[in-house]
Parts: sequence; C-alpha cells; structure tokens
Amino acid sequence: MVTAQQVWAALGEVPDPEIPVISLVELGVVRDVSVEGNDVRVAFTPTFLGCPALAYMRAAMEEKVRELGAEPRVEVVADDSWSTDRITPAGRDKLRASGFAPPAPRAAGAPTLIQLQSKVHRCPYCRSTETRLDNIFGPTPCRSIRYCESCRQPFEQFKTI
Amino acid sequence: MSARAELLLELADDELILGWRDSEWTGIAPTLEEDVAFSSIAQNEIGHARAAYELAARDLDTDADALAFDRAPDDYRCAPLVELHLLEWASAIARRYLYEQADRVRIEALKESDDADVAGLAAKIDREETYHRMHAELWHERLKDEPRYRDALERLWPYALGVLPEPLRPQLEARVPTLACATVSQASARGAHTPELAELWDEMTSVRRSVPGAEW
Repeated sequence: MVTAQQVWAALGEVPDPEIPVISLVELGVVRDVSVEGNDVRVAFTPTFLGCPALAYMRAAMEEKVRELGAEPRVEVVADDSWSTDRITPAGRDKLRASGFAPPAPRAAGAPTLIQLQSKVHRCPYCRSTETRLDNIFGPTPCRSIRYCESCRQPFEQFKTI
Repeated sequence: MSARAELLLELADDELILGWRDSEWTGIAPTLEEDVAFSSIAQNEIGHARAAYELAARDLDTDADALAFDRAPDDYRCAPLVELHLLEWASAIARRYLYEQADRVRIEALKESDDADVAGLAAKIDREETYHRMHAELWHERLKDEPRYRDALERLWPYALGVLPEPLRPQLEARVPTLACATVSQASARGAHTPELAELWDEMTSVRRSVPGAEW
C-alpha cells in the first residue's frame, strides 16, 4: 500500500507548468495528502484562481499518484489558507537562481502600492535594491515586472499574495 | 434558488462579464503595459467567476460552464455597470475604478459571511483584487483632473451604486466622497439589463452553442 510520504515525494517531482524550475510542493500549493486504502486525496490551492494551468496541474498530479498504483482524487481548495509565504526556502532559492525575484513576506499584511513603489525589492541578478516597478502585471497573473537600475535588467517579481 | 446561490451568481456574473469587457482591450490598449494589465485583470476576473460558479453549481446540481454559458441573457444576474460597451479609455478606466470600489464593499461583506465556503472564497479573491485596486488607483490619480475622465465618473456613478444592494450603498458613497449624491434609477441597478448584454452574450456563447454538449 502506498504511504502519504511516497505521495509527497512523487508530487515533489511535478514542476510548476509556467515556472518549471520549482515543483508544486516547493511552491507550497499542495496543501494536504491523505491515504485511505488505495485512495489518495490531494488538496491543492491555485496561486491565482484564474491560473490557466489548473487542469494541467491536476492531470499531472493524478498521473503521479496512478504511477504509484493508487487512485487519485485531487480537490481544489479555493479559500484563504494559502499565501506566497508558503513557498519553501528551497523554492525561493530556485526562483531567484532563474531570474524570478521571490515574493516579499505577506505576514505583515496585504501589499500596498507604496511598498511596490519603494526600493526594497532586490534584483535577482545583481542583488541591488535600486529597482523600480514597471508594471503591476506581467506574463502570468502571479508576476509583476520590475527594472533594475543598477544592472539595467528587467526582471519578474513574484507577487505577494 | 437559495440565497447563497443567488449571491454567488451575482458575483460570478459580474466578474465574468467585466472580465469579457476588460479582455476587449487585449491588443488595442494605449500602451503595451496596459495591454498586459487589462489582459491579466480579465484573466483574474474570469478565474473568480469560475470559482464562484463552481461553488454555486454544487447547490444547483449543475456545472460551472453550464452556468456561465447555457443561460439566457435575461437570466444573468450581473449589474448593468459591467455590461456597458466602453471602448474609450477614460470611460474604461472610470468603470475599473468605480467597479473596484463597489466590489471591495461587497467582498468585505462576503468575508464576514457565516458560510465558511463563501467567506473563504471572498478572502481568496480579495488577495488578488488588491492588485486590481492598485492599478485602478494609479490611473485615477493620473486622470482625476481630466474633464473627459470626470464626466465618465459622473455618468457611471449611478451604475456603480447599482452594483450594490441598497443597504451597502452608503459604504460606497463614503469611499468616493466627491461623487456622493446620485439617484440610482431602475435602469442602472442590478435586475435591469442593457441592450449591450445580449450582444456580448451572442458572441461569448457562440462557440458553445455551435456544438451543444461538446467538451472543449
């Protein structure tokens, strides 16, 4: 019989379809795994509700569970229990290494325009904080576009949610 | 229909129809940044609609796509504000600004719901709307002294109030003090529909209607 630990390990191999350097487990979106006999229930939360990769991620997780010889049931949790603070430290390092600035902490409350416009966001390439907000929105719902004045490189900033 | 399903359909229909309207700027917004912004906002709004339809579908024994596409135009519960066909930038921004203000009042109220599913979904949506509000406020700040934008705000204000049920309207008036006095006519309040909705519906549902029952 499959164990929850095996399921977690298998899901750790499912990459985020839009940022494939990071797995769904590192992204913190796999919320819970429970095993009952041959049935595996996986609860997960999309980063943004309009994420177009929702069906793709569901299918990828189901396939991983089937490879273990178990029957998957993937449930989408559309509530307030996920925030970008749940991205793991290893996940943040991987984001940075591929040119995505990881999100600022949410713990202190919802982000504000003043924060986004202030120079506290660090460039993932040269680590300078001399960066400015170019666009609140980017190529996917979870990213903003910033520009580094020091190394003159535009970069993608993971939004704090 | 349960009160909860009605509430969820109002929210979902507003977000679906406004998402559709915002997506009309994809490719033709005045700058590339705004092209990206409006497209991304539209995608989020339609995502909120999907989540609310899915929750309503559980109560109504149907599915999200059927709720989004298989009803007749008159059965939608969206407010007239989101239906208007506004292909003029100042008006589109005025609607974004006013809708975000009204939506915030509604979302704050839904977050306090005793229904854990509704309160949880509202809080998740609120996390995303934070960024829409920032976008709207940046533009409001930039355009607020432009006559064309002022006119659009005044024209759309009764429609913005019409998004909310009467008891919540004073909260919106307090948020937008410069526009406080307006009469909400029947035509600008939820319950009425504009001729523009039928045109939008015809286009939005055309693929779905072309092969009934197909899975896409």
